[in-house]
Amino acid sequence: MEVEQKPLTTAPAAPPQVVPGFVKTVDTFFYDNKIVRDFGMATVFWGVAGMLIGVIIAFQLARPEVNMGTPYTTFGRVRPLHTNAVIFAFVGNGIFMGVYYSLQRLCKTRMYSDVLSKIHFWGWQLVILSALVSLPLGLTTSKEYAELEWPIDILITVIWVVFGWNMFGTIARRRERHLYVAIWFYIATLLTVAVLHIVNSMEVPVSFMKSYSAYAGVQDALVQWWYGHNAVAFFLTTPYLGLMYYFLPKAANRPVYSYRLSIIHFWSLIFIYIWAGPHHLLYTALPDWAQSLGVVFSIMLIAPSWGGMINGLLTLRGTWDKVREEPVLKFMVVAITAYGMATFEGPMLSLKNVNAIAHFTDWIVAHVHVGALGWNGFLTFAVLYWLWPRLYKTELYSKKLANTHFWLGTLGILFYALPMYWAGFTQGLMWKQFNNEGLLQYPNFLETVLQIVPMYYLRGIGGVLYLSGVLLMVFNLVKTAKSGQLLSNEKAQAAPLTPLYLTNNAADQHTDGYWHRWIERRPTQMAIWATVAIAIGGAIEMIPTFLVKSNVPTIASVKPYTALELEGRDIYIREGCSNCHTQMVRPFRSETERYGEYSKAGEFVYDRPFLWGSKRTGPDLHRVGQKYPHSWHYNHMMDPTSMSPGSIMPPYPWLLEDDIDYSHTADKIRVLRKFDTPYPAGFEDVAVADARKQADGIARELKKEEIEVKSDKEIVALIAYLQRLGTDIKVNPQQAAASAQSNAAEISH
Amino acid sequence: MDKNVLRAIAGVEIYPIISFVIFFLFFLGLLAYVFVVNRQHVHSMKNLPLFGGEDETSSTTFNSNLPC
Repeated sequence: MEVEQKPLTTAPAAPPQVVPGFVKTVDTFFYDNKIVRDFGMATVFWGVAGMLIGVIIAFQLARPEVNMGTPYTTFGRVRPLHTNAVIFAFVGNGIFMGVYYSLQRLCKTRMYSDVLSKIHFWGWQLVILSALVSLPLGLTTSKEYAELEWPIDILITVIWVVFGWNMFGTIARRRERHLYVAIWFYIATLLTVAVLHIVNSMEVPVSFMKSYSAYAGVQDALVQWWYGHNAVAFFLTTPYLGLMYYFLPKAANRPVYSYRLSIIHFWSLIFIYIWAGPHHLLYTALPDWAQSLGVVFSIMLIAPSWGGMINGLLTLRGTWDKVREEPVLKFMVVAITAYGMATFEGPMLSLKNVNAIAHFTDWIVAHVHVGALGWNGFLTFAVLYWLWPRLYKTELYSKKLANTHFWLGTLGILFYALPMYWAGFTQGLMWKQFNNEGLLQYPNFLETVLQIVPMYYLRGIGGVLYLSGVLLMVFNLVKTAKSGQLLSNEKAQAAPLTPLYLTNNAADQHTDGYWHRWIERRPTQMAIWATVAIAIGGAIEMIPTFLVKSNVPTIASVKPYTALELEGRDIYIREGCSNCHTQMVRPFRSETERYGEYSKAGEFVYDRPFLWGSKRTGPDLHRVGQKYPHSWHYNHMMDPTSMSPGSIMPPYPWLLEDDIDYSHTADKIRVLRKFDTPYPAGFEDVAVADARKQADGIARELKKEEIEVKSDKEIVALIAYLQRLGTDIKVNPQQAAASAQSNAAEISH
Repeated sequence: MDKNVLRAIAGVEIYPIISFVIFFLFFLGLLAYVFVVNRQHVHSMKNLPLFGGEDETSSTTFNSNLPC
């Protein structure tokens, strides 16, 4: 039965009374729709690209030959391309599309500057293109979701400032006194992302497109996951909540369920989120108090997150009949539900007992994809389906196709997430399973991988379903655009703001004592308070680790990497090994049995960046040093299946062919010494000779194992690094002192 | 190791406590505010997105008559 739509809205409050003598006119102006359309097209284009790459890497895990045998297409290099494309290209452009549309209307003004809008648009696309080129080339910092190297980091900063300038300029010129809640979310996003990006990108360049992190080991991990967690919060969540608070009422044609709840939602979300980062580092070498803090605040996050979800879903009360018919609302409902699921699951995953099983497994991959595919993906699609007919002054080409997209997408999410949950449980439990004799039931890590390969196929199929739905949307949007004409400049009218000194309205004069109303009117104060809210969390989380040097107990036998090991480590970073291998043995019996002594904070003091990783597609490598002969590594890198039959790791034959690049070795030593890495004076001058000497030694040992290899090949440096991993604490103190002395003597000659 | 780290920071226990106190005071203030905020103001604020000053009706009509 068709129910007549009864808008539950009323006209806005009467304009403030004006004192005699002040003549108020109505301004006519134009909204810039073209920039909205451009960002919309970009989000669609990069969305398809990012999802396609996602499908490819999903199948790479099931069939190693899909790595295609080139350095540029292997999983380790392409996985960051997928995450960056989806987060910064698809969602990023989606954010800007929604912000540029809604901000103009909420402020009743055109964007501050068309030029800034264009610089922002093209600058952001340049950032994405830079990532598209640099990541497959192996130019990466290896820090998750912050892999882009320092010149691109600077470009991101500049473009972000342009966005902020344009946004605050628009807010300053607004014709609406109060800032709607969506704008608060945009302001918090702008400021927090700026803080996160700058703090986490502190690095010192070694050369063009190569840098070392300003933080080492535990500090680097803490900063990285403070960033990583809050990138999820302030790039994937808060701006999209802003979009939800704007586009959901628009699509449902009714105001948000509770504005009061949205106030609580906003402040408690931005305040609590920032503290929760350490839950990514449970059971690691991070100090215990920081881990506990992360857990407590993660649990508290349920409250504002679910407050937001409930606010969204209840906005649709009384219009659920429309949800059955209208694809835009269907997408929104699933998006908000996925937000609710992911934000319930996140706190659960931060409980230490759940985390002990889930961490490093595919469970986490399932969790983030419920957020990415469900929340970000579906909300973006809803906004696109809602916007396109309005931008082109026409009707959607086919609602039926949009409905098909909805079902393909929903099935895609289920086909993706369920196998990954299954894989996660399976692997997490298999890692921990002991037999009756008290030995590991599955001592060979590969067994636990082969068990879940069928799930990798299913996940790939889920991705194909999801992507095919998106392709239907592309067709639908193109046909819609062709059937109409872009309304580049949309005419609008609104009264200018009455200067406060001319109004006698008590509310506007702020004589009624409500501080929040005062803040709602003032973007600068809003910005300052939002920054204070996130700064308190960030500071209390990190300051103790930064200020107290003894916070990380030093271990006398832990020494800096040799020049050759350093080059090997940079090859490890370049190939993206940390995308599949962790370097963090957690203090569980199941892990110390499998890998050896658990990892200590003091072992990472010279690691810039840290390489703890976040996912074990392959085994942990922190104690791999001296575990196998050099020849094992040589053969394994040439063809992993020769050493581990059935392995899904791609081969790296180019490491056997390519020469080690020593051209920046001296600079690397110089930069690391700036960070107090105790290389002896003048070591940079002899570093290459020292590296060659160590390489010759490894080549000689390989020859004894009947492998002929020139000592200047990259594989030699990588072997040097792998054989060093986790071995420092095995050295007894007297030996360490003696070897340090002889090293110093050797180096200084 | 954790014990060593904790000992190394003088008065480390204060950090989680400070964090709780700051948050709860803020949260209580926020709750108090939303209970006393002016109803009419809330009403006008929540309706802001529905009146964007457009020169057409797209924002106030529910687009339910689109073709299949």
